[in-house]
Amino acid sequence: MSDQTNNSDALSIARAVRSDETSSVAIVDQHLAAIDASEAEIHAFNLVLADEARAAAAVIDQRVAAGEDVGPLAGVPIALKDNMCTKGVPTTCSSKMLEGWKPPYNATVVEKLAAAGAILIGKTNMDEFAMGSSTENSAFGVTKNPLDTTKVPGGSSGGSAAAVAAGFAPLALGSDTGGSIRQPAALCGVVGMKPTYGAVSRYGLIAFASSLDQIGPFSNTVADSAALFEVIGGHDPRDSTSIPEPAASVSAGLATGVAGLRVGIITELMGTGDLDGFEPEVLAQTRAAAEALAAAGATVAEVSVPSVIYGLSAYYQIAPAEASSNLARYDGVRYGVRQEGSGNTASMMMATRTAGFGDEVKRRIMLGTYALSAGYYDAFYGKAQRVRTLMINDLAKAYADFDVLLTPTSPCVAFDIGATSDPLTMYLNDVCTIPSNLAGHPSISVPYGTGQGGLPVGVQVLAPLQGEAIMFQVAAELERSANAIKTTSKNGAEA
Amino acid sequence: MPESSTEPLSRDEVAKVASLALLELTEQELDTFTEQLGAVLAHAKDIEALDVGDVKPTSHPYPLVNIFRDDVVEEVDVHDAALAAAPHAEAGQFRVPPALGEEPG
Amino acid sequence: MNETNELVEQPVSSPTLDAWTVDTEVAREETDLSSDWEMVIGLEVHAELATKTKMFSPGRNQFGSDPNTNIHPVCLGLPGTLPVVNGKAVELSIRLGLALNCTVQRCIFSRKNYFYPDMPKDYQISQYDRPLNISGWLELANGHRIGIERAHMEEDTGKSTHVGDSGRIHDAGYSLVDYNRAGVPLIEIVSHPDVRGPEEAKAYVAELQAILIAIGASDGKFEEGSMRVDANISVRPAGSNELRTRCEVKNVNSLRSLGRAIMYEAKRHVDLYESGDKPLQETRHWDEEGGRTRPGRSKEQAEDYRYFDDPDLVPVDPSPEWIEEIRAALPTLPRERRMGLIASGATVEAATIAVERELDGLAAAAIDAGGDVGRVMTHVEHNLAVDGAADLDAGNFADLVKMETGGELTATQAKQVLAEMITGGKTPADIAKERGFEAMDSSDLEATLDGIIEANPDEWERFCSDDPKAKGKMQGFFTGQVMKATKGQADGKAVAQLLAKKSS
Repeated sequence: MSDQTNNSDALSIARAVRSDETSSVAIVDQHLAAIDASEAEIHAFNLVLADEARAAAAVIDQRVAAGEDVGPLAGVPIALKDNMCTKGVPTTCSSKMLEGWKPPYNATVVEKLAAAGAILIGKTNMDEFAMGSSTENSAFGVTKNPLDTTKVPGGSSGGSAAAVAAGFAPLALGSDTGGSIRQPAALCGVVGMKPTYGAVSRYGLIAFASSLDQIGPFSNTVADSAALFEVIGGHDPRDSTSIPEPAASVSAGLATGVAGLRVGIITELMGTGDLDGFEPEVLAQTRAAAEALAAAGATVAEVSVPSVIYGLSAYYQIAPAEASSNLARYDGVRYGVRQEGSGNTASMMMATRTAGFGDEVKRRIMLGTYALSAGYYDAFYGKAQRVRTLMINDLAKAYADFDVLLTPTSPCVAFDIGATSDPLTMYLNDVCTIPSNLAGHPSISVPYGTGQGGLPVGVQVLAPLQGEAIMFQVAAELERSANAIKTTSKNGAEA
Repeated sequence: MPESSTEPLSRDEVAKVASLALLELTEQELDTFTEQLGAVLAHAKDIEALDVGDVKPTSHPYPLVNIFRDDVVEEVDVHDAALAAAPHAEAGQFRVPPALGEEPG
Repeated sequence: MNETNELVEQPVSSPTLDAWTVDTEVAREETDLSSDWEMVIGLEVHAELATKTKMFSPGRNQFGSDPNTNIHPVCLGLPGTLPVVNGKAVELSIRLGLALNCTVQRCIFSRKNYFYPDMPKDYQISQYDRPLNISGWLELANGHRIGIERAHMEEDTGKSTHVGDSGRIHDAGYSLVDYNRAGVPLIEIVSHPDVRGPEEAKAYVAELQAILIAIGASDGKFEEGSMRVDANISVRPAGSNELRTRCEVKNVNSLRSLGRAIMYEAKRHVDLYESGDKPLQETRHWDEEGGRTRPGRSKEQAEDYRYFDDPDLVPVDPSPEWIEEIRAALPTLPRERRMGLIASGATVEAATIAVERELDGLAAAAIDAGGDVGRVMTHVEHNLAVDGAADLDAGNFADLVKMETGGELTATQAKQVLAEMITGGKTPADIAKERGFEAMDSSDLEATLDGIIEANPDEWERFCSDDPKAKGKMQGFFTGQVMKATKGQADGKAVAQLLAKKSS
């Protein structure tokens, strides 16, 4: 992918900027040049903030010159999924509904990034309102996978994953409701992490499903992921579901290794039993990853988590139900693009919603409306919330015997653009990622080798609530192993 | 894809749900959505057999209680920005077509 | 929210109180159905809480500001914003729950989903199956207890103004929406259907208003919309226990309208039943000008609110310590204040008025200081409905009453002295002395009256006649002349006695 100038990691850039070895403006210009070169083909962004980024970088450089502490991400360009509010800067959720809308306030993560010295370089494309697994549901066009532009980048944070994979920015933020960070990270060959529910403030993240949504980092390295998580984490009084504790410190343990740790491979998510559609190469890489951890001193065994197979069904009741309510406010009264209809308020609202939402959003709104409606609540939404408990209990049992759990991130590698027209088939992409969202647990996707067509495979590490430190510790070991294999095979090929 | 014998979702139900959600569907869309949503619901039938009667529902993955805010005004002037964002504003207010009906609340 | 209305009968009466009706006999004639029928009324009262900020947003809670100036991204429901509960609103709601003898419990917020342009998120955050306060009661002055099903927290909507020809919502034209009120904290108090008539409904709402004000939970102003009442009304054959179809009447903006609306609606139901028809379960609006209820517009949306727990909020679980702390800080409630005065010998009616005028403390202190209960309460009822009355020194007030009962002052003189005490703050003895008030000797009074009779022989003749009309008129004439001659120092009762004696 990027054997260019832009593949240096965020922490190295911040170190160089802070010590005045390079300027933030130069870094930003490098990344803008990369964007100029291939954004037209990739379409990772809904909006590139070239002038704003240069201006912000210049301020960082001045502050460095003045001897100020400019923060842990000083001068590092970052791309933001277009569902996080940026004051005065269009925030669209890749929907016609919000085209041109400029929030009058910043999301909490945006404030935290600015305080850490990061430079916002653009707003990234996504599936409309974060509903999708391929970024094909954007009202503003498809994002292509930088590794193979005939393939999807995954979704819904496909633009953020592609931006990092294409070298447009060393860091990006996405949001993950059912796998929307981890799955595109896997498909684009980058690191993507979903924090514990409540670890990162949702204030300013335009809601899809409130009890599942979390903001999390994309990066090229596990260390960058940990560093960005430390910056955006911590309690926010504006979010009632924010955990009232300071941001977790997770970077310290990255070099510790995994000796003595217990790693469980979830049997049900290894292509056995009821769930099919797993590509053999993906399963093989996951097993290889487990073996690498064993070789590094971990105890590895399979563990059954029976209820994970019901995750998809529970998720596709709960997420659409919450979404149907969260997306009611798009009615053409206060913001967004109005259609007048036939002369009364109801008709105006209906015309606005009918024209403003794409098909996938409509499907989920209808599914959720149905799940909540009188007579169906107990059979659908109510039941799904109980299955959610069942899954949490099963995972708790597994964590009694294991420190972390391992699964593939996605059953398959990046697939062809336009190949999946059936919604249910698309939903099945989320089968491995959904359990962490339902349980609120952290998990991370780390690139581990390649599968069909030489496309990257992601392996997922799951940990219990607030288990980010140990999760990153294991992820770092997987990264070392993956890099070692890459180096060996490269050397072998060259030799 | 949906089992033809027991349709999980009828066309009428889809029409009713669309109307509750203030979405207008063409006849063609109604057919397509009925089939697609039916397939998703048919897949979800796997949880129907589960006996979860004595399992408590989870609505929050991280259990917190009593998260309160102090009763202190935050001075932010969003009047101009909010009205500038409105599709139709007049006299410092949001303008809408005539009412859709009474307030149910 | 009537979905969970448990229709439970709770007739409870207090043995210590006599039956007492709020209004006059005249009003009562207009508030009864024919004796074959009785009314079954449940009331839903919304009160805005007296907080500085909104229920879930740090935007300002203030009445009367320019449109859309008390808005904040959160109460405007802007995409990405999240609600955070106002702790003060919870405290005030618990206060009300305790004042209404409710059980205060762990509760959650739910979303009530329906599209409405005044509602920024197109759902209202309310409480559904687990509200804060449940199972309480409120005792009216007549001793009747009205059961409280629940008192839950929710957020208010904005307001729209119709711009068009006639101002009616059915016309063309358009509406302008102001979100200043959107998100203002509300408590909704839902009664059991224990209320039996318009007068009792008014008494219930007035009592609730007095409690809300007394505990500082709300300013209780109908005219500013900080209190709003919906009434669920049905009728049934007198003496039966059945619950028939009810109609919810909205848009009732004063106590007077409440009484009229209930009466109208109950009669409408009776008329329908008596003509072999029956009412439809529906929401109706009170039309103040027309003096009638009208059906709500036919629904464009089906009523399916799709309640579910709001995933953006976490449960409120008040600790026993917190609840006890709030209970300990509660002021004495209107009911207990009334009961205190009644225990001292005041009538229910006088005690109620004293509490309404915030003069019960003064009255109780004056009675404690030895003032005669009857005289104290008469002054409270008739002579103290003025500003500054509450600041009156209770000891001086008691002294005045003692002078009056001891014959040192007539009732008329006492009234004058009392008025001066309020404005001047002097003791009653000093004021009486300055004014030269002393009770007249009865022989002096008789001499004065004799002189007046002599000077007005025609009038005296008419007084002595058998025509009761003429007699009544002349009694007024002679009393007036005596008062004029004595500069008001004569005791009216003594004059009447003398006149009766002399004419017999």
